[in-house]
Amino acid sequence: MVLKTSHSGFRDWLVQRFSALVIGAYFIFIAAYLITNQPLYFAQWHNLFGHLWVKIATLVTLIAIIWHAWIGLWTVMTDYIKMTGLRLVLQSLVIILLIGYVLLGIEILV
Amino acid sequence: MKAKATRPVFINLWRIKFPIPAIISILHRVSGVIIFLAMPILLYFLSQSLISQESFDHLASILIHPAVKIICWLIVAAVIYHTLAGIRHLFMDAGIGESLEAARTSAYLVIIISAVLILLAGVWLWY
Repeated sequence: MVLKTSHSGFRDWLVQRFSALVIGAYFIFIAAYLITNQPLYFAQWHNLFGHLWVKIATLVTLIAIIWHAWIGLWTVMTDYIKMTGLRLVLQSLVIILLIGYVLLGIEILV
Repeated sequence: MKAKATRPVFINLWRIKFPIPAIISILHRVSGVIIFLAMPILLYFLSQSLISQESFDHLASILIHPAVKIICWLIVAAVIYHTLAGIRHLFMDAGIGESLEAARTSAYLVIIISAVLILLAGVWLWY
């Protein structure tokens, strides 16, 4: 039984795909950077994350990740956890963790 | 609900054979959960790599431990697989490869390409 009837399936579908593209683009960029800059030195790595556009891209990607993760985990938990109470507890835990991830990311970037 | 209870149930996991697209799908979910759980580790690595030269060097010394390398490889494997299975999804959304046969072929492709990339990532991590 799905309790949250205000949940928009189409919006979730769209967000899931759009966020996937954002995350994919970011990680291709980071992977390409890591592969082409070996060995990696602190100075250049620190310099890379000093650029405002890298900070913005990282934060946008992090937000895309938690939104993507929320839709995915909401779906998985709704599918497998039939005990409503347990599911609500776990989903709340997931939300707290995801918000923590973004706060950690902001802390790292500023 | 009564009728449901009398239906035959067969859940012997050793004897049920899942079709390959079903395996792709469940692995997509499993890898997604792994990435979610790995996020604190990745954020810790990112923060340590950026704080100072000392923390960067300290992180580098942590990352050469075999156990840490295996964890990193697992995370990288989950990311590679999740990405490829996701790309397969996007193709299907675009109406490409929706037939049963095409879905099976692309499912095998996802397995093969991710296995190759995961092996390459392992080689890159260790050598």
